[in-house]
Amino acid sequence: ATFGLGRPATADEIAAWDIDVRPDGVGLPEGSGDVTTGEEIFTDRCAVCHGDFGEAVGRWPVLAGGQGTLSDDRPNKTIGSFWPYLSTVYDYVHRAMPFGDAQSLTADETYAITAYLLYLNDIVDDEEFVLSRDNFLEVEMPNAEGFMPDDRMETEFPVFVKADVCMENCKDAVEITGRAAILDVTPEETRARQLKEAVDKAKSGTAADAVTVDSAPPVSLEGGPAGTAAPTEQVAATETAPAAPTADAAPAETAAPDPQLVAAGEKVFKKCQACHQVGEDAKNRAGPQLNGIVGRTAGTVEGFKYSKPMAEAGANGLVWDHAELSGFLTKPRDYLKGTKMSFAGLKDQADIDAVVAYLSTFAAD
Amino acid sequence: EGDPLITELQDWNHVLGDGVDANPYGMPSRHEAHVKRRSVEWLTADPVSSVNFTPLHELDGIITPNGLCFERHHGGVADIEPAKHRLMINGLVDTPLVFTMQDLMRFPRENRVYFLECAANSGMEWRGAQLNGCQFTHGMIHNVMYTGVPLRLILEEAGVKTNGKWIMPEGADAAAMTRSIPIEKAMDDCLVAFKMNGEALRPEQGYPLRLVVPGWEGNMWIKWLRRIEVGDQPWHHREETSKYTDLLENGTARRFTWEMDAKSVITNPSPQAPILHSKGPTVLTGVAWSGRGTIPRVDVTIDGGKNWHEARMSGPSFDKSMHRFYYDFDWDGTPLLLQSRAHDSTGYVQPTKEELRQFRGVNSIYHNNGIQTWYVNEKGIAENVEIS
Repeated sequence: ATFGLGRPATADEIAAWDIDVRPDGVGLPEGSGDVTTGEEIFTDRCAVCHGDFGEAVGRWPVLAGGQGTLSDDRPNKTIGSFWPYLSTVYDYVHRAMPFGDAQSLTADETYAITAYLLYLNDIVDDEEFVLSRDNFLEVEMPNAEGFMPDDRMETEFPVFVKADVCMENCKDAVEITGRAAILDVTPEETRARQLKEAVDKAKSGTAADAVTVDSAPPVSLEGGPAGTAAPTEQVAATETAPAAPTADAAPAETAAPDPQLVAAGEKVFKKCQACHQVGEDAKNRAGPQLNGIVGRTAGTVEGFKYSKPMAEAGANGLVWDHAELSGFLTKPRDYLKGTKMSFAGLKDQADIDAVVAYLSTFAAD
Repeated sequence: EGDPLITELQDWNHVLGDGVDANPYGMPSRHEAHVKRRSVEWLTADPVSSVNFTPLHELDGIITPNGLCFERHHGGVADIEPAKHRLMINGLVDTPLVFTMQDLMRFPRENRVYFLECAANSGMEWRGAQLNGCQFTHGMIHNVMYTGVPLRLILEEAGVKTNGKWIMPEGADAAAMTRSIPIEKAMDDCLVAFKMNGEALRPEQGYPLRLVVPGWEGNMWIKWLRRIEVGDQPWHHREETSKYTDLLENGTARRFTWEMDAKSVITNPSPQAPILHSKGPTVLTGVAWSGRGTIPRVDVTIDGGKNWHEARMSGPSFDKSMHRFYYDFDWDGTPLLLQSRAHDSTGYVQPTKEELRQFRGVNSIYHNNGIQTWYVNEKGIAENVEIS
């Protein structure tokens, strides 16, 4: 029995949302792209996080290399070494990338990026290689056979399902073989430390326990060792076009900003950090670096590919003073139709004032 | 003579407090400000695609308060106006359908309590003790009561074709999260939920709509649920190939490891919750859960596994829900090595970390349900250790 709820979906609605791609090729759209074109797009849209050759910046995923390392002590799981199906690459790149601008890539661009990723992983070696729906299924991924179904019920269950467990005198001696304190990677926790200090003060006695040190580097969610230094290449030249001082400059640009407001703005800026950097090593990511943004002419950071409307707004004299930034940040897409900035906006004017105050503390280089 | 808190008049004894409506949507006492989710910055590349952790050591009972449920999202928290939200069912169905939130509220609904555990919970501990605090080692879990519509009813409304063997739920967020789920599970106990603990889902938990996949890894509980496609085979998308597959020592990986194995952890004492009193009556407590049923029993040791004691279970025992256990003992002021060991209703007994490593090596990342050890020194300070 049904309830007669809902309504039939239209063909256009299904087409708009049904973007998934499967290993058998179902869902692949018409289109094609070659390695060389893919390299250009990748350099422009992806390299800021994944590195020019898929080697990754900071803790972003490594996309290339690692073949033959899966049984190593520290495996390097990349598209080439680990991913079983090429369709997953296409689906994911189109579905969720670039980070902060999902579903902005056309079918041709996605084919081209996918082709370039095959090239970076030595799965194709011809820069002229063109990937399309027609030859997509011919590409075999190196680790296609590397997966098996969950076998816990067959392998582990017979051992871990126990009718009886030992309750008394189960072992003679116990030794500490490793301790987290050695690594000291737990986030600074004021209260825990306060508690410990309080306990230390309140009680006497000293701890004297021998331990074996396990000094392996910490392991992160992404599987790689944590705390690896971010690459230092960074810092592209950021010759911002010097903005002409404007007569109607907002107070934030003339008076020194309120330190409390700046501190609040630093918190608000966390919402922006996925795409924008400030400070000494700031460079362009999904969005342009923001040193000197307050007072800067719109669309003028060197090396950043702006949307056409943004570039035009700058050419027409838009300068990012407090009022203009306020308008933009309230609802970017209403303020400037066609902007690439995929950010919903800051609802609270206090947040906007704070973040503008924070940004005003970063001068153009 | 006496405690000045008693013998002297305190502010709150004579100054009037706030009236009603001072806080139309109430918050915890300001003295509880330390009770909060926390993240570990070095774990992920960016806070927008990251995780924070439930402060298990500050909680009791079995229900996680909504504001403390750990968050894991891959493209930030989607901000969706419920009137603009749609759920589409398409693929191998008789009639592809679109539902509004109002439509969904007209289906018969159910209330059920389930734990949601991220498959990567304790994933940083495979190679050894690493983080000091059960919030960080075990805090990718929460346990709430969901109100929602059985997924079966919604799928039946569209009419699943006989060759429809899998579903693919998809999120409306900027990550458009997808997973493949076999139709048997979809028709069994999955819910399309809109409430948690009686109130609307929190935005970070998928407001206005999320999938509930009882007992299975949290990544499958698609948040901001906007579409469910029915197909004849799995999609093998990024979250079930590149991620959420378990790499074994020999270089092959298990996939579709959906069920969460039985697991437990002592939440107090623990590194963030030292013993603050001297010797005498001491309450040890913790939580246990299993993706395959209930937890009829938990054993506790305070001497590193030489001797075990059956813990006292307290609170309701629901299928695929968190369970609360206690072990009340007289602490003699000497160092302790604390462990808990869960037994689930299938007879499965939580293994040691070493037993798990025998099967899986140390590169699995996911599904680490090994026994946790806390060392408590004579001052009552606890730390994360491993023992022989």
